[in-house]
Amino acid sequence: MNVHEFQAKQLFGQFGVPVPRGKEITSPEAGAAWADELNTPVFVVKAQIHAGGRGKAGGVKITKDKAAVPGLVKELIGKTLITHQTGPKGREVRRLLVEEGAAIAKELYVSILVDRDSGWPVFIASTEGGMEIEVVAAQTPEKIIREAIDPAVGFQAYNGRNIAFALGLPGMEVAVVTPFIQMLGNLYRLFMDKNAAMVEINPLVITSDKKLIALDGKVSFDDNALFRHADVQQMRDLHEEDPLEIEAGENNLNYIKLDGNIGCMVNGAGLAMATMDVIKLAGSEPANFLDVGGGATKETVAAGFRILLKDPNVKGIFINIFGGIVRCERIAQGVIDAAKEVKINVSLVVRLQGTNADEGRKLLAESGLKLEVANDLWEAAQKIVKLTGKAA
Amino acid sequence: MSILVNKHTRVVVQGITGKEGSFHATQCKAYGTQVVAGVTPGKAGQEVEGIPVFNTVRDAVKKAQCDTSLIFVPPPFCADAILEAADAGVKLIICITEGIPVNDMVKVKRALYGRDVRMVGPNCPGVITVDEAKIGIMPGFIHKKGVVGVVSRSGTLTYEAVHQLSTLGLGETTCVGIGGDPVNGTGFVDVLALFEKDPETQAIVMIGEIGGDAEEKAAEFIKKYVKKPVVSFIAGITAPPGRRMGHAGAIISGGKGTATEKMKSLEAAGVRVVKNPAEIGNAVKVALGR
Repeated sequence: MNVHEFQAKQLFGQFGVPVPRGKEITSPEAGAAWADELNTPVFVVKAQIHAGGRGKAGGVKITKDKAAVPGLVKELIGKTLITHQTGPKGREVRRLLVEEGAAIAKELYVSILVDRDSGWPVFIASTEGGMEIEVVAAQTPEKIIREAIDPAVGFQAYNGRNIAFALGLPGMEVAVVTPFIQMLGNLYRLFMDKNAAMVEINPLVITSDKKLIALDGKVSFDDNALFRHADVQQMRDLHEEDPLEIEAGENNLNYIKLDGNIGCMVNGAGLAMATMDVIKLAGSEPANFLDVGGGATKETVAAGFRILLKDPNVKGIFINIFGGIVRCERIAQGVIDAAKEVKINVSLVVRLQGTNADEGRKLLAESGLKLEVANDLWEAAQKIVKLTGKAA
Repeated sequence: MSILVNKHTRVVVQGITGKEGSFHATQCKAYGTQVVAGVTPGKAGQEVEGIPVFNTVRDAVKKAQCDTSLIFVPPPFCADAILEAADAGVKLIICITEGIPVNDMVKVKRALYGRDVRMVGPNCPGVITVDEAKIGIMPGFIHKKGVVGVVSRSGTLTYEAVHQLSTLGLGETTCVGIGGDPVNGTGFVDVLALFEKDPETQAIVMIGEIGGDAEEKAAEFIKKYVKKPVVSFIAGITAPPGRRMGHAGAIISGGKGTATEKMKSLEAAGVRVVKNPAEIGNAVKVALGR
């Protein structure tokens, strides 16, 4: 789960990572009142959407004039931002962060994530703050510093010194190094205590008066650990998510919307991805990823149909089930019942394999439903692509 | 021969009185696996299909001499269950549970480091040695005794591959699901090394997916140490970046972990990579010259 920058900064503040004074603002009036209270030489007004590249898209405004703040708020609220991460449709701005500016002397990059190979949390740091870290890693890999943290003992001061001195900052004096190391320790605590999947400060600024400030921040959370954190759950912003994906989540289905026109419904995540891949190989594009889980029932299949059919791009549906513990004739009955309940007005190919597949296919063939039945994965993919036409 | 588990393996099922635990413990036993104990705290003295239940894994090990644990404990309590099994002295822990917080696994993996215990999973279908022991949730009947070792990050996609191998008459030795989570116990490399040494295994099927670099690491290992033919499929060539495709570990992040990259590394290591998952069985047949 992702959260907004202002929420990430609230968490930073709670854990002792210094941030600019700022507030979430949703109206020009609130903006005016907060600008009065903030009373700072430079005001920064930042659009809050779950996507990077906001600055380039015109989502960040800077002014020295307190009176200009409400106007900037008015300009940004309701605006649609298109960045390299939003897709062509862009994202509507509904919230802003209004905060004080900083006198930047140096910009750094710091993040923490779990290294999958070792299973240890790792700090990534760089002197190239303010840039996208993937770009830095690709173009100047020598500027990426990695420091793994032993999860048995957690962050130690030497980890901090390793990072601080590897960054080799000019004028890295005690006034900066000591709070820097302390801040890294606090960030690690936030990462572990809140079950974050990633925390990132980019840029981490050293100001002209040698203070550290997290000028921009990003935190994402491990969905599997949200049950432990009611406060984090409350930060979820449904406006930032696809409505069909929200509906799928409510039905305990794992659905991701894509841009093709063959909807697919599969049991198991690996097989669901493989099904998308064969659709492409057969000459079309998948409209989605949908894993109905190990125990596909009439209810889950019906919910799956409803969601797939709400996507106007879907011209055909490919159901691919490998019956293991779940028997195929029960799944077939589920498909038949669900198809009768939800009016299917697109082509349908059902491929059943595994436990009692023959019985399942027989049920489908005799159901009177307009659908094609297949045994083999490749045969099924070719059938649905033939029925719906190849992608342009 | 086989790897990891066989007809002598003595299994304790943690979480045996739950819905999943009791169902699958029964299925495993029916396959012929020696399921000799179950654990649910506070339910000692009960039985599940004739399998005695104990309060702790320590009791189960002491009284039923289990050497392997199969875990169905719900995610919030699962790290605790894994550590309990390790502490009680079992040598192999197979964790089926899906949805364990990553940081829990970070701590578990660190705690198991250097100890004489192997963990498979979590979020996996388990391990089966055909006609000897089924320790997991896979449907036993699709497997046929044969010559191919299977290792995979997925569940149903593995069944798909196994079904092809069985239908073509090639059959399997042992199938290992290493799980779909970003931090797991046993990796591709561990299993590849075991298959390479196993005299019965003549070819290996490795099923990977997007996310992480386990397949790239496997490619390096295969190039250096694996003489047996390896056939591989990588799921997710159509997956968009930045989205988790069902499995917690299946995500392309920062442009890393794409299917294309993984296929390239594996091909460079001499692995036969199939783009069509329906072709896995046939590719093995060709590799074995049958």
